[in-house]
Amino acid sequence: MSEKNAQMDLLSTAGPGKSPDSGNGRIAIKRSGKNDRATAQSMASRQRDISISEFFSRNRHLLGFDNPRRALLTGIKEAVDNSLDACEEAGILPEIEVGIESVSNDRYLIRIRDNGPGIVKSQIPNIFGKLLYGSKFHRLKMSRGQQGIGISAASMYGQLTTGKPTRILSRTSARRPAHMYEIQINTTKNKPEIVREEDVEDWEHVQGTQVEIEMEARYLRGRQSVDEYLRQTALANPHLYLIYTPPDGRREEYERSADELPPEPKEVKPHPHGIELGVLMKMLHATPHRTLQGFLTQEFSRVSVRMAKEICEKADLRANSRPKSIAREESDRLFKAINKTKLMKPPTDCIVPIGEELLLSSLRQSVDADFFTSTTRPPAVYRGNPFQVEVALAYGGDVDPDGAISLMRFANRVPLLYQQSACSITRSAIDVDWRNYRVSQSNGSMPTGPLVLIVHVASVWVPFTSESKEAVAHYPEIMKEIRLAVQECGRRVGEQISRQRRAAEAERKKSYISQYIGHIAKALQEITGDSDKKKQKVEETLQSMLERSRS
Amino acid sequence: MSGLLKQIEKEAKAIRDKILKRQKPSMRFPLRNLSNVKFDPRAGFFEMGRKTKERTLAVSTVKTFAQSLKMIALSKNLIETDDIATKREAYYVAKGWSDEIRFGEQTESDTVLDDVEALFRVNREQLGFVPEEKGGEVAGQLTVYDEDRDSGEELAIDCTRFGSGAYSIPISVEHLRFESDAKFVLAIETAGMFQRLVKHSYWRTANCILVSMGGVPTRATRRFIRRLSDELEIPVYAFVDCDPYGICNIYRTLKVGSGNAAHINEFFCVPKAHFLGVTPDDIDEYGLPTHKMTDVDIKRIDDALKNDPFVQHYKKWQEALLKLKKAGYRAEQQAFAVHDLNHVIDTYLPAKLENAKAFLP
Repeated sequence: MSEKNAQMDLLSTAGPGKSPDSGNGRIAIKRSGKNDRATAQSMASRQRDISISEFFSRNRHLLGFDNPRRALLTGIKEAVDNSLDACEEAGILPEIEVGIESVSNDRYLIRIRDNGPGIVKSQIPNIFGKLLYGSKFHRLKMSRGQQGIGISAASMYGQLTTGKPTRILSRTSARRPAHMYEIQINTTKNKPEIVREEDVEDWEHVQGTQVEIEMEARYLRGRQSVDEYLRQTALANPHLYLIYTPPDGRREEYERSADELPPEPKEVKPHPHGIELGVLMKMLHATPHRTLQGFLTQEFSRVSVRMAKEICEKADLRANSRPKSIAREESDRLFKAINKTKLMKPPTDCIVPIGEELLLSSLRQSVDADFFTSTTRPPAVYRGNPFQVEVALAYGGDVDPDGAISLMRFANRVPLLYQQSACSITRSAIDVDWRNYRVSQSNGSMPTGPLVLIVHVASVWVPFTSESKEAVAHYPEIMKEIRLAVQECGRRVGEQISRQRRAAEAERKKSYISQYIGHIAKALQEITGDSDKKKQKVEETLQSMLERSRS
Repeated sequence: MSGLLKQIEKEAKAIRDKILKRQKPSMRFPLRNLSNVKFDPRAGFFEMGRKTKERTLAVSTVKTFAQSLKMIALSKNLIETDDIATKREAYYVAKGWSDEIRFGEQTESDTVLDDVEALFRVNREQLGFVPEEKGGEVAGQLTVYDEDRDSGEELAIDCTRFGSGAYSIPISVEHLRFESDAKFVLAIETAGMFQRLVKHSYWRTANCILVSMGGVPTRATRRFIRRLSDELEIPVYAFVDCDPYGICNIYRTLKVGSGNAAHINEFFCVPKAHFLGVTPDDIDEYGLPTHKMTDVDIKRIDDALKNDPFVQHYKKWQEALLKLKKAGYRAEQQAFAVHDLNHVIDTYLPAKLENAKAFLP
């Protein structure tokens, strides 16, 4: 293959089978003098744009649709994430209904309905029918969705495997009718195509959105199932009321354990230390500010006028030069100057953790254990992005004592069910020396015992290892915070385990001593010739002394 | 009621009252080992020191605590009914107790019995417990007066008239009387040597009383020899192997008593005994075949030098033991057979007896 000018040359569209160029290609491989090879001109005729939807339809595993079982989970997950984000942003206590219906052997219809704000009619096609369309990519705010790929990718997957369009019903208020759309994606153009649309007057819900996607899928219960995802979602979102009807006819309800929405996370401007050169250049180009100083102070957080002047000085640039005119070389200098300047850490009040108390009560509802503890770390920063780590631990009770402990990973309240071993949360949990907390652990693996470990990483931008958002990347700052939080909870559990062991040991000693009390009293009576009553008294006294003693 | 019975009741009532006052009951036993004896050459025996161990009711002690009380109760019963039980029988009585309080091995019940004995500072026979152990044997110029159990008549036992056999020392010797014109008592470690001397009527040749101790002398044997020593007023000579066990255990116990039952040593030892042989010097002088000492032997010597008040008191014993340790070998009393089977009778003993003043203390 020779050079290609396609925007995304990581694609396989021009893969094997294409004839390599000969003759005058720039990186031509000369194999023979024959002229049956392609020329620059003939190749140029094949070189064209690749739509994002085409790319992802071929690489659906990147989005979490690599097998039918996982596809079912990913589809539901994307819809539920969107519903939760929408409800919270609109200040509505979320009530979500998830249903899975079996259509045929390997086909299922998923239906997710929320009581959110609804979607304005004109936006519905783009949201569900165009990849990389969304409100969340261009801002820094803690939310579940980040990229604008998820739900449209689910529609596309359904369309690819069943040929059926995605059906959306949405209503923004009781005074208006609901809109129904059936949408397909034109994958070549990455554009929605409306198959059918109508107003629905008699939708029973006054507000909210409902998505229905039919897809090739497989419903199974177990560790990486929809059931588990919803259970964990309820756990991490104590303000959520969830109704779930899987295809086997069950109906599960998750009640709220919190009647208040979490505070609305604030949107923040990027911190200069987290920015990359390319992004900086793009921002310089696009800014409406007319001076470099204005650009720095207005487009970033934590840059004061004094700091902006210092940066300009270090970059040997004038504070009132025009951002747009800063050429490539100068932006490079600017970039270096920014990173050489000591700035205040980014604001951290933009992160909304679940909170120790809520996490604890939520965990209590979900797991039947003897001992619970949780901790929320103070916010910290990686690559200019604020983040915060929370950990909760449950020990003993009905938790399975055999095998590895169960680890539940969450990122911005979203459960992560796949790629556990690739995730920095898992790594950090393994890196903790659990034996210090009287939990057994063999070298380099998860500890074993009756423990449930919950780790929640919240950030304005959670660094995932891939688009399917299943594993958190290994940033040392994040791993350190996770480790510290796990250690704190671990210590408390360790204390609890010691306490239990000490109590059991004391109990064992008491019952051991107890069996000799009768003998002692009897022997004393035989020697002294005391009455039975007195012997009884001796026995009772000894017994009560034993009960009160601590060892 | 006997004084001992009162003492037993007093102890039990003290424990009971402590319990009723909600205090942790405890029993205080004298410590029974060498670290708790002192040797006063004027008294001539190991006297018990003041160290005690306390058995307070706790996890580690509750079982022995209960066992001790049950043993005391058994003892009280034995005294009241004028019965006896051997240590083995006491062990079997305890076998009938419920599982949790039963003894594992007899050594466990023996230890508890020894504790109880020491607690009241009496001879265990007084508590109704008699030893299983066999006493020693006697042959030679001695008449023992015992009594017929049924008729109560006095029995005269002539120890010269047992032929190739011997008179057995009974478990209790307090009621015996003696008559003899022997010049000395020879206390012998092994039954083998005893037999050789009996076979050749050495007692007649040397005009003495032969006693076979069979290892460390039992209480009865010690008491028997002690009474011979006291009442006949003749010297007692010990003839044992030349090794740390013969010296530090057999001879030492015969002469000054044991650390384990120090409360009875006053009556159960022979302070006037002397060490005839085999001495470390004898090994060289008589060219005796030797055996290499084991680590246990060496340890016994070190232990005696470090902890045994008797050895510590006698410079001569320290020198003898150090010499033995340095040589690194030991010799048995039957080793004289290397020269001639009767070398010990014909040569060794007469030669040694000529200079009895040179015997080790």
